[in-house]
Amino acid sequence: MTQQLLLYPLLFQLFLSILLMFFWTKIETQKVISIVGSCIAVFLSALLFYEVWNFGTQTVQAANWEAPYGITFVADTLSATLVLLTSIAGLAVSLYSSASVIPARLRFGYFSIYHFLLLGLTGAFLTGDIFNLYVWFEIIIISSFVLITLGGEKAQIEGAVKYFTLNILASIIFLTAIAVLYGLAGSLNMADLAVLVPQLENRRLVEVAAILFLVGFGIKSAVFPLYFWLPASYHTPPSAVAAIFGGLLTKVGVYALIRIFSLIFLKDVFLDEILMVIAVLTLFSGAIGSLVQRNVRKAFSYLIICHIGFMIGGLAMFTKVALTGMVFYLIHDIMVKTNLFMISGLIYRIKGTNNMKYLGDLYDKFPKLSFLMFIPFLSLIGVPPFSGFWPKISLILATLEQKNYILLGAIIFGSLLTLIIIARLWSEVFWKKGEELPVRKHFLYYQKMTNLKKVQFIAPIIMLTGVSLYIGFGAEHIQQLSSRIASELFDNTSYIEAVMPQNK
Amino acid sequence: MEFLLAIITGLLYAAGLYMMLRRSLVKLIIGLIIISNGANLLIFLLGRITKGHPPIIPKGSEVFTEIYADPVPQALILTAIVISFGLQSFAIILIKRAYQAVKTDDLDEMNTIEEDIR
Repeated sequence: MTQQLLLYPLLFQLFLSILLMFFWTKIETQKVISIVGSCIAVFLSALLFYEVWNFGTQTVQAANWEAPYGITFVADTLSATLVLLTSIAGLAVSLYSSASVIPARLRFGYFSIYHFLLLGLTGAFLTGDIFNLYVWFEIIIISSFVLITLGGEKAQIEGAVKYFTLNILASIIFLTAIAVLYGLAGSLNMADLAVLVPQLENRRLVEVAAILFLVGFGIKSAVFPLYFWLPASYHTPPSAVAAIFGGLLTKVGVYALIRIFSLIFLKDVFLDEILMVIAVLTLFSGAIGSLVQRNVRKAFSYLIICHIGFMIGGLAMFTKVALTGMVFYLIHDIMVKTNLFMISGLIYRIKGTNNMKYLGDLYDKFPKLSFLMFIPFLSLIGVPPFSGFWPKISLILATLEQKNYILLGAIIFGSLLTLIIIARLWSEVFWKKGEELPVRKHFLYYQKMTNLKKVQFIAPIIMLTGVSLYIGFGAEHIQQLSSRIASELFDNTSYIEAVMPQNK
Repeated sequence: MEFLLAIITGLLYAAGLYMMLRRSLVKLIIGLIIISNGANLLIFLLGRITKGHPPIIPKGSEVFTEIYADPVPQALILTAIVISFGLQSFAIILIKRAYQAVKTDDLDEMNTIEEDIR
């Protein structure tokens, strides 16, 4: 019973999406099911997290086939944390979708596909088998294709073509990497690979496999030379979809990179150097790209890229302090990025545009809402007591420890430019005297919504802001959690022993 | 056999990549299909090819006594084929919709995403 707990968050999402299909035309029922179901999913993931926190890594061997032969599901502290964060973001976006996505889109199975996406994310975080990871990635991308094209507007389709092509290419490269690794080591279980790969003679080919993994996951997590699909597509779907994409889809790529490079391809100087270069260039290009954008959501899209650099940098340094910073940043980033895109949707609903040129005087007309939006911005920048500040301490300490001043410079540069971008956004969107925009017909403005809808709009933003505040002010707890995850990542024997107890 | 398959795999990857670099949408999808077939063949090839020895334990014995074909790569390819089938059919519908929406199949002309939508 308790052992199967691991599968509940996974199976529950599957159950929800199938259940939702039975209510295909009844969108009001779908909204209720999705929101209530997401609450239960949060509860189940919290239960799993509690179990993992107290009793250590949990594993389930599918059909009782012992580890290297069957498919294993593993929940170590990192996986359990990410599953919990996924379900929290999932609840927020589900609530947000019910108010912000227009009925024309909801009528085509939006919620069902949305829960399939969450299923894929949960599965990717929990699996311990590399081919199974590929399958979860495919579930994620195919549901994201549907979500990104749903509605079929011209800009959406154009964005989708780019998103689609590069994501499929990434999957094929990932599959190639699996083929090479299987040919070398003859196993697919990640724990088994962690034992086998360091013993292999053919180091050159191992490096080739590692690079293929890096490129495959690099496209998905939008790192430096491979990120162009992200700003071309993330601002086209409804903001609820963009929120879940921005918060979680790139992070699942980062998670896969962390798993592969902390478990299988270890202590390779060549790879660490490549990761370092990628981190620095990602920080630079994301920050500079964001600086020139006039569209709020495009600016946020580039900020996603910029902040991926922090995590890759932490992974490249691979010390305990750096990993702690990286994991802390990952936790903070999922919450804050989901929130940012929901805020951009709110701005859009108030003014009818996301273009900074036409936006303005939000602070004058909506002082309370502006204050609410100000808090996530502070978290994002990392103003001291807020959540973005704490991981940067660990990251900067790690760079000083290693005397890696280039990365240190890049981290400070990235943070500074984030500050400038948000400051400019604040003055353009909130302070500037705005133009009087022509009123759009057939467009539901926030001001004209019913009170219930307003609550549905604001509640998820308040909720995620609350989580961000907790991450900032309860930083001690998160730091404790991150350092525990970091020590688990740093020493992979505990993971291997949990999956294959006979290997002790 | 291995040599021939290796050459074919390489050719499929090269051809797929070449097609993906073209500007036409249709050629892009054809490239994706070709390259994913190349990946499937690569799994098959790297799983070592053993002819005429199915992984079935002969009657009367408890374990394998001689070399046998590895069944895992075939299971992997089967999964990958099914997935890529789904993705490709989606892709074909998508290019049809893209053609209807943008009225062109030239990828270079698909950069008008400056307008705002929800």
